[in-house]
Amino acid sequence: MSILVDKNTRLAVQGITGREGEFHTRQMIAYGTNVVAGVTPGRGGQTAIDGTVPVFNTMAEAVKQTGANVSVIYVPAAFAPDAMREAAAAGVALVVCITEGIPANDMVATYAFIQECGARLIGPNCPGLLTPAQAKVGIIPGNIATPGPVGVVSKSGTLTYEAVDALTRIGLGQTTIVGIGGDPIIGTSFVDVLELFQADPDTEAIVLIGEIGGAAEIDAAKYIQAHVTKPVVSFIAGQTAPPGKHMGHAGAIITGGEGTAQEKIAALEAVGVRVARLPTDIAQLVKDSL
Amino acid sequence: MKLHEYQARDILARYGVPVTGGGVATTPAEARAIAEQIGARVVVKAQVFVGGRGKAGGVKLADTPEQAEQVAAQILGMNIKGLTVEKVLVAEAITYEREIYLGVIMDRAAKRIVVMASAEGGVEIEEVAKTNPGAIVKIAAHPTLGLLDFQARDLAYGIGLTDARQARQFAQIATALYRAYMDTDASLAEINPLVVRADGSLQALDSKIVLDDSGLFRHADLEAMRDASDEPEAEQRAREAGITYIKLDGDIGCMVNGAGLAMATMDVVKLYGGEPANFLDIGGGAGKEKVKTALQIILSDPNVKAVMFNIFGGITRVDEVAKGIVAALEEVNTDVPMIARLVGTNEAEGRRILAESALIPAATLAEAAEKAVAAARARA
Repeated sequence: MSILVDKNTRLAVQGITGREGEFHTRQMIAYGTNVVAGVTPGRGGQTAIDGTVPVFNTMAEAVKQTGANVSVIYVPAAFAPDAMREAAAAGVALVVCITEGIPANDMVATYAFIQECGARLIGPNCPGLLTPAQAKVGIIPGNIATPGPVGVVSKSGTLTYEAVDALTRIGLGQTTIVGIGGDPIIGTSFVDVLELFQADPDTEAIVLIGEIGGAAEIDAAKYIQAHVTKPVVSFIAGQTAPPGKHMGHAGAIITGGEGTAQEKIAALEAVGVRVARLPTDIAQLVKDSL
Repeated sequence: MKLHEYQARDILARYGVPVTGGGVATTPAEARAIAEQIGARVVVKAQVFVGGRGKAGGVKLADTPEQAEQVAAQILGMNIKGLTVEKVLVAEAITYEREIYLGVIMDRAAKRIVVMASAEGGVEIEEVAKTNPGAIVKIAAHPTLGLLDFQARDLAYGIGLTDARQARQFAQIATALYRAYMDTDASLAEINPLVVRADGSLQALDSKIVLDDSGLFRHADLEAMRDASDEPEAEQRAREAGITYIKLDGDIGCMVNGAGLAMATMDVVKLYGGEPANFLDIGGGAGKEKVKTALQIILSDPNVKAVMFNIFGGITRVDEVAKGIVAALEEVNTDVPMIARLVGTNEAEGRRILAESALIPAATLAEAAEKAVAAARARA
């Protein structure tokens, strides 16, 4: 088992004819993901990826013609909110937005619209998801992952790859790896993913990688205390981050003394989560907890 | 990106927010001319991006244009918390009975834009939130319809503005502030204090707007307002190269791919007894030119005594990254020791390439941090 993406995923790629879109589509196909459609307005009727993927003008057409049920977005920030809305309106269940640099206020109306459509959004500004040996939706390197019992959820990209790579090396595979993104407003929160991992019978332990800014990790701690029976191991980045500065991710900022790594670590430890001091210690802590 | 008070004030004035008369001056003579135009008592305010400018002597009253010139001469050129005052706002000094707070900000958890008001104005809202959270009234604007008229009225009544005319004026100001926030792609817009005058009317005495950097691509007019003092030269150079760099106070430079990993690397340096000199996310790719630029930026900080590379190669293979680093090093003349930890795809080949260079290889994150701390101490 796994969560959100698997062998039944029928993926549409929005922005497939762009440089990033094409590069990562090749990687996703090479991993075995079932990419059924590409969407680029004005390129309908053409094909992409050496003639193997049909391109449509609209998401609605792509869904109608191919039965796509998940969309992944690699379009520039100026057009990404509309791409997310288009995917949700076309009826896919899951919209994954990789794009970074979307104006935060745009996400207020966009998120509300996607919710009205009944779709789930992952991201934006995220590396996407990967269910080892089944499907890769986004940019997570496939070669570092292997099937197994650990669910991974993270706000970060490379920090997650580090953790996954270390898990694989120590002999612990993953059910699904979910990068939820580092923007102020994201479609799927830690709590949402914790709920899915808790319900997934194959997930035996959960890794939660957070960072400074906002209170999503505090909410996660409260949720873990009330609802999660599986062991959770965490790492929170940014203990040395100065206040008032965006640390790369638009959402990674300490404001008014709130959103510090220290308060998040304390909240997680208070509910029994093992918090690693080094990101490379995560794998061993998971092993110890199983 | 931060805007100065005078810039925020000009924007809000366009939305109909009642601001006091006046203008911005860069010389004492200009300050005097503005004071003459106002023809009343004025306040001369330093325009710098730091809090507490009043306590530092950066805000002064002047009864006459001559006095305005004198105090402007004192304030211009003044150093406030490391920043030199280059501009002053000269505005009419008005009398008032009490101060109100009004602000617009994003509530990340609720995924809504929130308008906040408090009858306790004139102090930082974070302070009120700690000492008297009940004094703050918050209303979430509708995600697509925006701040609704009744919501703006609710805010007015919520902070005790029960006089009909006053409530109406407050609601108009709140709506204007919300619109200005949305139109400029701000991450914060506030009027603090918004004052109540003896005749019951409201006036904005100080305002602040912080813009969302991600929104600037569609606001050339706002981008043109950028004040270089908001962004150190090295940070600006990095931004233009697609690198995120934030200077810190330590002596161990960090070069990392990915924001989360970059933060974690700083934390590990600290854990092993060192102090990070910077946050640096080189972004995707990490090719030769980018590494070179990033290294030059890190080394532009004279405090740096060692540099620690922490690169995870996923889709970009480690051996390619290693080649880029070695090539970049050949073009950057330095004797600062470099410690590299490269992991991920093809890491064995990557290590072999590094072993032939002047870089000090490290197999683990802990080892890299230890070596970097030791190297920095040896040069201290």
